Amino acid sequence: MSEWINNLIPIAWEWPGFLLTAIIKAALLIHIPAVGALIFIWMERKISGRIQDRLGPTRVGGRFGWLQTLADGLKLVTKEDITPGKADVMLFRMAPYLSFAASFACLMALPVAAGWVAVRLNVAAFFLLAVLGLEVFGVILAGWASGSKWSLFGAMREAAQVVSYEVPIGLCVIVPVMICGTMDLVTIGDMQAGWFNNWLVLHDPFTFGIFWVYFTCATASVNRAPFDLAEAESELVAGFHTEYSGLRWSIFFMAEYGSMFIVSALAAILFFGGWHGPVPVTAIIHNMAIHSMGFEIGGTAPFWHFLANLLGCANLIFKATIGVTVMIWVRWTLPRLRIDQVITTCWKYCVPLSAFMFVGVLCWQTWWGLPSPNREIRGKIREGWVQQDESVPSGEVRADGSAAETQITYQAGTRNYEGSN
Amino acid sequence: MLLIAAINWHSFFFLLFALVTCGFALGVLFSSNIVRMAFYLTIALGTTSGLFILAGAHFVGAMQLMIYVGGTLVLLIFGVMLTAHEGAVLMKTRAGDWVVAVIAGGSLLALLISAAVSIPTWRSNEVTPADLTADDSHSTSSVGLALIGVRTDIATEKDATLRRGLSGYLLAFEIVSVHLLVVLVGAAYLARAKQRLATTGDV
Repeated sequence: MSEWINNLIPIAWEWPGFLLTAIIKAALLIHIPAVGALIFIWMERKISGRIQDRLGPTRVGGRFGWLQTLADGLKLVTKEDITPGKADVMLFRMAPYLSFAASFACLMALPVAAGWVAVRLNVAAFFLLAVLGLEVFGVILAGWASGSKWSLFGAMREAAQVVSYEVPIGLCVIVPVMICGTMDLVTIGDMQAGWFNNWLVLHDPFTFGIFWVYFTCATASVNRAPFDLAEAESELVAGFHTEYSGLRWSIFFMAEYGSMFIVSALAAILFFGGWHGPVPVTAIIHNMAIHSMGFEIGGTAPFWHFLANLLGCANLIFKATIGVTVMIWVRWTLPRLRIDQVITTCWKYCVPLSAFMFVGVLCWQTWWGLPSPNREIRGKIREGWVQQDESVPSGEVRADGSAAETQITYQAGTRNYEGSN
Repeated sequence: MLLIAAINWHSFFFLLFALVTCGFALGVLFSSNIVRMAFYLTIALGTTSGLFILAGAHFVGAMQLMIYVGGTLVLLIFGVMLTAHEGAVLMKTRAGDWVVAVIAGGSLLALLISAAVSIPTWRSNEVTPADLTADDSHSTSSVGLALIGVRTDIATEKDATLRRGLSGYLLAFEIVSVHLLVVLVGAAYLARAKQRLATTGDV
């Protein structure tokens, strides 16, 4: 993108392109936690209202109360920003931003369509997990810096919970990574192209099972009910953010809704084909462009490529929104667990289950040799390296990659880094 | 404007990250509040991972975030929060501590400086394109494969005798894994044994 901008500028400087690219990407990404939170909070009010046989907000902004969140936001901005007398002022002020920064940094590596990602990382799945775990820092510091034992206990509950749930989540994410042979989320998404039978959730019964374990753990790791022991507004009256008010408090909430979106989008990419829908719309568009509109196969059709990616982006956001909706639905359906039950759920159920499923997925194809509804494309693409037969002249790669006892050579630089600079 | 155009942005961000890292590392050193130290350490380690990512080592950068920032530091803050109460939050260092710290840190610094100076390519500014392309692999596969016993760099090694020596790290990896497992099982056993003792004591 920066090269494209630089081509538009007649001078030979690089920095305007880099700067513009960075600004555009950051501006686009900040919409996900900001506008996303606006919509999700409205959705949460409406859905909870319906579940409890109420109407939800109806006054602000017409019949559906569209502007209720905006009104809430205005109220929060105008609220007085209070710092407790015993607080550690610097940490108290920093903590919300730390939480928000962690949530925002995840979005950098989260692809929204094929090649549409702010920074294409080779280890995006791992990076996302690592950064998502940092959100707990803001919470712990907020609890401690408030200078109140009540907040500190809330923060400790949260820390224990989030640190525990990182283990099963890691085990769950390993499974799609193992099947695809790469940690690059763009590649994982593109491997599930085509009809819905290519989705990894349908790879075998174990991946189907492990998706539910992942979703449970993801709900817990972003502190949503029934695992929201850190806050538990009705029983424990908001744990770590008791002392926060106004804008700082709302930043915590934006971080929470941002993380909800991120874990849902990650689930969509890892298990539900990412930007590849149940029907291969993008492939149909490409075929249409090639066959009926006179584009040649292999030729570049920027407009159709863009259209396909735009639809893919909408597709991914739709899937992620479904995930968020399910989280909201669960929150208003199930009763809250006690903290010991939350930890028990993690260590006694989620960890053994995910380990069992992991071994099951491992055995399904390699050991038992059972079929899978997924198209057999996996095992051929192994990110940078490919298996190369001795008999094949160097530089030529065997197409099926099935050579058993062959030498493995490293082939770098076939990946495209579009959007990474 | 010309000045901005002349800046090497890679160096600029390297310096920025390095300065932030050093600044907060000094903050850890000179602060006496334990929780603030932990917070400064978070930022110092986070920007170190930024340096790794800037150098193209995405995996090492993410690993740094996962293990040091996300794992070790959370435990550290946890420990501090559980133990620190009024008075214990402010840490006072005695003169003896300073002497030991200066000796340990100084010797490490001397070692690192001598190692850095001993690398010939670091003393000149000339970078050949070959150096850059060799480093620009952005992939962790070769590391992972080496850990399970397959060395991908064997093919590029011309010398046959050297090639035979390039074995994988499977044995070392397994020993470390089993060692870690033993430590984990032991920790769990110790924690449970203490709990059992406490409950029987009450009865």
